[in-house]
Formats: sequence, structure tokens, C-alpha cells
Amino acid sequence: MRRVAVIGTGHSKFCFNSPKTQVELLSEVAIDAINEANIAPKDVQAVNVGNVLGDFEEGQGMVQSFFANDIGCFNVAASRFEGACASGSMAVRDAVMWVASGYYDIMLVGGVEKATAMGTGLATRTFAMFGDSRYEFPAGFTFPAVFALLAHLYSSKYGIPLATLKEQMAAVSVQSHEYAMNNPNAQIHKEITVQDALKSFMVSSPIQLQDACPFTDGAAAVVIASEEVAKKLSKKPVYFAGIGQASSGKLSSQSKYLPRIYARELASQQSYKMAGLTPKDMDLCELHDCFSIAAMIAAEGLGFFEYGKSGEAWQNGETRIGGKIPINISGGLKAKGHPIGATGVSQVYEVTRQLRGDMVDQGRQVEGAKNGIIDTLGGDGVLVSMILTNQ
Amino acid sequence: MEYKLTFKDYNKGLKQDKLMGLKCNDCGTVTCPPMMVCANCASTNHEIVQLSGKGKIVTFTTSYIAAEGRENETPYTIAMVELEEGPWIMGNLVSMDTKKVTMDIIGKPVQLGNRVYPGDKYSNGDMARAAFGLIG
Repeated sequence: MRRVAVIGTGHSKFCFNSPKTQVELLSEVAIDAINEANIAPKDVQAVNVGNVLGDFEEGQGMVQSFFANDIGCFNVAASRFEGACASGSMAVRDAVMWVASGYYDIMLVGGVEKATAMGTGLATRTFAMFGDSRYEFPAGFTFPAVFALLAHLYSSKYGIPLATLKEQMAAVSVQSHEYAMNNPNAQIHKEITVQDALKSFMVSSPIQLQDACPFTDGAAAVVIASEEVAKKLSKKPVYFAGIGQASSGKLSSQSKYLPRIYARELASQQSYKMAGLTPKDMDLCELHDCFSIAAMIAAEGLGFFEYGKSGEAWQNGETRIGGKIPINISGGLKAKGHPIGATGVSQVYEVTRQLRGDMVDQGRQVEGAKNGIIDTLGGDGVLVSMILTNQ
Repeated sequence: MEYKLTFKDYNKGLKQDKLMGLKCNDCGTVTCPPMMVCANCASTNHEIVQLSGKGKIVTFTTSYIAAEGRENETPYTIAMVELEEGPWIMGNLVSMDTKKVTMDIIGKPVQLGNRVYPGDKYSNGDMARAAFGLIG
């Protein structure tokens, strides 16, 4: 297989109540990515789009074809990916395989979502569609509830008193809000304290409002190309060193491993193996912190900390710039925002820009970073991992 | 090949407080809720069995928000229960005031009853769920 690189990136401001349509949001960032890649829309051979709930958000299905047409990628193969919150990552991983195989040389991958258009009630209903509709939704399944179940299980299984765990979870959110202050694309620019988090509205015990990411509107796009094409067009191509994806069934069916997410461990092991790298080789990480406890579970599953120990790592600053592994220097899903179909593409954008050294002006550059990993979790059952490198 | 135990039949049983599952003739594992294959060895050589409906709580949450159309159910407690026969299922804990539910309930034994969610425009019909009560 050929090496594949990111050669262009685009990212919208993440926000509540965007006045733009999904096609507009995505088209703007796609043209930015195309311009940065020094190509024209006609050079794009195929388009992949992560979009989860466009049907509910603005009555728009099949957004990928209307989007491709709007940006002048006339009549190309355009495909939509739906894997809940991992949809954008699935779209990227799939495109990497098409280019690696030699079938295409240049592809455009985008992700877009207007989750806030649904309002909180419908958004909560539709997000719950990514749990098991027959066997788990009837009990009142929502995503805050899933991670609330895992938080209590984490406390019980690892013998961490709930009050201690809650402080650790708050520390995760505090760090994300702090780094988001330096990300102009972030949805939330407001620092919080541990006390703020512990005093916030109880959503689903023990998950409080400040343990949870917001609903978000936004888009991101990347142009990817074969190494040969990338070297001609880009001064700083960033390569996919490894990719992985795995799935799992309904939450109760994962009983042997919970609160570990086994599919994540499989997906990341695929990435590490393909890259010939280990967790120790990673210089930064963007992981799926839809909830504070989710970030802790992810950091352990990716191999950065022992099981039950990641909360202490956050509290001790090991997840900050200069720490053992800088995590979610973008502000993460918690404060950067989580437009679900776009999230994976946004993570690739962030890590690519870090590996190009583009974050100096924003004051959040991980100096000398060579390798970065992204981790995305979709619903109960899609896990995607990708390792990027500038080497 | 047809499902041995469909959602329709599982739902019908649960509405009568009968928890139905599948026992694998190859490895002995009990699968519940039902699947096409054995949850452990992927064999289709399994048969329908009625489970005891007894188990213990492994984790829980009390939700103060709900999906659209279910707001009047809040607050409610979701319990994940490990059944005597091995599998975990998700249901509600209904025998206790939600305000009094703490981590102390983890490990406590429960017995299954049921409540029916009438469904909404997306759900293709009604669905029973396990409604657990503490025992002992």
C-alpha cells in the first residue's frame, strides 16, 4: 500500500445555532482545504462525508452529493458515512484506504453537523438512536446515562471513592476549557474551576453538566493524497502512519470488559501495529471526551495510563503540554465542541496542524511533535483510531 | 436461517414477567437479550430457555433528563443487572425512591418485573423493559 498524506485542511468555528446550512458550512471549509492543498475542485476524484443526523437537523439526507456539486466537484463519487460520533473518522479512514490502494490519488473528506437545530429534546432522542433501540432504549437509555453507568462502574471496579472520582472527572473538564481559550474555533471560551463542575446541574448521576460536551454546529475538511502527489503539492505533508477500526454490540453485551471499551483497544492496536509505534512514541493525542469519564477510559484504552489511574494523571498535569502525553490541546469535545459528523475530521485537522507546527501563534503548540494519535467513539459500537506523523 | 428468539417473542414474554433467553448447546453460554448466534461462541445451535429473572446490580444511574417525549418519566434510575445465568441486561430500578439511590445498591440482589414503553413515532411499536425490585 502507498503512503497517504493530509495536504489541505479547513475548519469552521464551532458554535450554537449556526445561521448557515450544512452544505454551506461544509463547502466553506472544503474550499479552504482545497486552496491550502494547491489543487482545484476538479482535481478531487472522490468525496467522503461524515454526517449523522442531517435528516433530522434540516430535513436533508444524502448531503454528500449536494455538497460535492456545490463546491464544483461535479459528478464525482460521493459517499456518506454514519457511525454516530465516529462518522467523520470513518470517512477519513475509508478515504485513506482508497488512496493507499492506488484507486484514487486525491480525495476530499469532510464532516458536518447542525445538532443544535434539533433542540435538546430531539437531539437527546436522536443521539439515543446510537444505542440499542429494542433492548436498551426502553429503559430510558441516553448517552449521558451510558457514561454515567460507566462512571459508577469505574468507581466500583477500580475501588475509587465516588467523591475522588468526581474530582478527577472535574479536572478533565477544567483542562479542556483552559486549552479551548486558545482555540479560536472552539465553541466555548470560558474557563471553569473544579468547584464550578461539581456544582453544575446533575444530568444523569454522577454525570453533571460540566462533565458533558455540548451539542454543536460545525464542519471540518481535509484533502488527502498519495505520497507522490503530496510531495509535489505540499511543503509539509503529514502522513497517516496507522489506521484502525473496530465495532461492538449493545452496552450490556460488552459486560466482560466494561468499563474498558474493548473495540477501542482493538482499533488502537491496529493503528500502533501498522505504524510500528507504541503509546510511548506519541507526542500528542486527540481523544473522544464526550464526557469527562469517557476521556479517562479512552486514555487508558489507548495505552497511556494504567486502568483506574488516568484521573490522577489529569490532576497531576501529565495530560498537559509538557506532560507525559498532551491530550485534547484543542479543548476537546468538551469545550471545542462536538458536531458529531465532523468531530473525527476536526481531530485530524488538529493533529495535522500540530505536526506542521502551525499552533505557535495560538499559544498551544506541542513543540517538536512528531507523532499524534486520534481516537473517536461512535455510539455503543464504532471505534476509530488513526496515527499521524510528520516523519 | 430464522431467529430462534425474535424481539417480538422476547417482548411478549417480558410483558408477562418472563425473561426469555437462549442457551447454547455447544458451549453452554446463556445469551440475553437474544441474538442470532451465541454471544460467546457464535454457534446457531442454541435453544430458548426461560431465565430466573434474578440477578444483582452491577451499575446504575439516575437520569434527570430524557429523550423527547419521555420527559415525564424523570427522574428515573437505570440499572445494569448481572443475571444469575451470566448475561447483563439493562432495565430500571423501580422499587426505591430515586433520590435515595446511591452506590450502596451495587451488588444488591434484584428480581425482574416489567414496564412497557408505549413507543414513539420512531420506535415501531411498544417495548417492555425489565423493571427490577430489590429483594432480600
